[in-house]
Amino acid sequence: MPATTVASRASRVSRHSALVRVTHWITTVCFLALLVTGVEIVISHPRFYWGETGNIWTQPLFKIPIPASRSSVPTGYRYVLPDQNGWSRYLHFQAAWVVVLTGLLYTVYLWFAGHLRKNLLPGRVDLSWRAFSTVIANHVRFKRPSEAEAQSYNVLQRITYLLVIFVLFPLVIWTGLAMSPAFVSAVPAAVTAFGGQQSARTIHFFVSLALLLFVLVHVVMICIAGFRNRMRAMITGRATAQMEHT
Amino acid sequence: MSDLSRRKLITTGLAATAGIAGVGVAARVAQKVGLIPPDHGGIYGLGETLTYGAQRLLTRNSMAREFPRSQISKIPVANEIAPFNDAYKRLQAGGFVDWRLSVEGMVARPGSFSLAQLKSYPSRSQITHLACEEGWSYIAEWIGVPLSHVLEAVGIQPQARYVVYFSIDPEWWDSIDMADALHPQTFLAYGMNGGELPLANGGPLRMRVPRQLGYKSVKFITRLTVTDSLKEFGKGLGSAAPEGGYAWYAGI
Repeated sequence: MPATTVASRASRVSRHSALVRVTHWITTVCFLALLVTGVEIVISHPRFYWGETGNIWTQPLFKIPIPASRSSVPTGYRYVLPDQNGWSRYLHFQAAWVVVLTGLLYTVYLWFAGHLRKNLLPGRVDLSWRAFSTVIANHVRFKRPSEAEAQSYNVLQRITYLLVIFVLFPLVIWTGLAMSPAFVSAVPAAVTAFGGQQSARTIHFFVSLALLLFVLVHVVMICIAGFRNRMRAMITGRATAQMEHT
Repeated sequence: MSDLSRRKLITTGLAATAGIAGVGVAARVAQKVGLIPPDHGGIYGLGETLTYGAQRLLTRNSMAREFPRSQISKIPVANEIAPFNDAYKRLQAGGFVDWRLSVEGMVARPGSFSLAQLKSYPSRSQITHLACEEGWSYIAEWIGVPLSHVLEAVGIQPQARYVVYFSIDPEWWDSIDMADALHPQTFLAYGMNGGELPLANGGPLRMRVPRQLGYKSVKFITRLTVTDSLKEFGKGLGSAAPEGGYAWYAGI
């Protein structure tokens, strides 16, 4: 393998390692599965609550103004959506398992292969206000990334990725587990920390929205930075250096 | 093909073979110690098996959370149920005096119990959370006899692995493994919030499995079968739930 990398270094820069690429795409597939099935699960009861309990006889924190897939939910619509809850739940938990195991593999790689230090933790220089404002200004002007950026991540990317990896993902897994009656029988603090099962469900919903927002911005950024080249980098591992700043 | 890649190919091949063999052995062992759910086949089998296996290891003896009386929901939500059938209506007309719970299968003394007999056993109560797979939930006090007490009375055989339970509605049945069946919080419930169990909530007799979602707590229980295999019941998936697209194990 080293021979090929050296040979192609002239025109192409090695961008993403095989492990990052494989875990990236498994995560992508799982996220889409979790998103679609999550929506299906929510529409069977599109009301959210705070505390331990919540149902059609209690005051919701908020309602999503859509019809439900169960006729027992008062939504104000006369229409009942088709019920797809069964397979959605099966797929939701299966995708959750796959993404959690993939995430664990990726986290191990983060620590032991130096990916965290090299590519994700912001350097001391990056954390100055001047560096921040430059990066933000470039983003606001939709400026394409510099050559240095094309080889690694800028400070905004680093902070965002760290937030997704170490805050949003753990939180969405934790709130998911907090809704499991069996899991919380073994680890009651998992749910009491949030103030109850319904609170955990509500937080799970908002963290999922945050993850969705991240994915949307991520895709928009890829398009701005050069869709083809970035896709090539995440599929083959190599980016074309010249194309980055044309 | 260079030497390096050939060597790599051979090692990869050997590793893959060892991996597959390892998974095979692990599956055998898991089956033996009861970590494989009856609905392990099909495209969602992997996720179901991981969930059930992992939670069984983690929660064999754990207790569902119990709540203070002040947290009991004002209205115990009753989900929609199919209209009562004639058999139910007849028993209802007689004040459920003739309601019987029959227990059969791998037991030393098969037989049946009237509600009065069940109520003559020491009654227990628990204030637990019931969550529906749709997303809503409520807290109620459940009064009844632990299922383990009834199983003790009929004497289960050592090879028993599951308890299958049937509603008076012939399309509604489910099953649990012995870890849940013998669990001290698994009740045959006949009372709620200090009174009789309302019909809408499963009266006169409901299974209550607080460590799983609401749909495992089947209403209007009339029959229990103790068994070592779920293959002979329905489509062999363990309950009516997987036949309708829902997971057999609902501890999620």
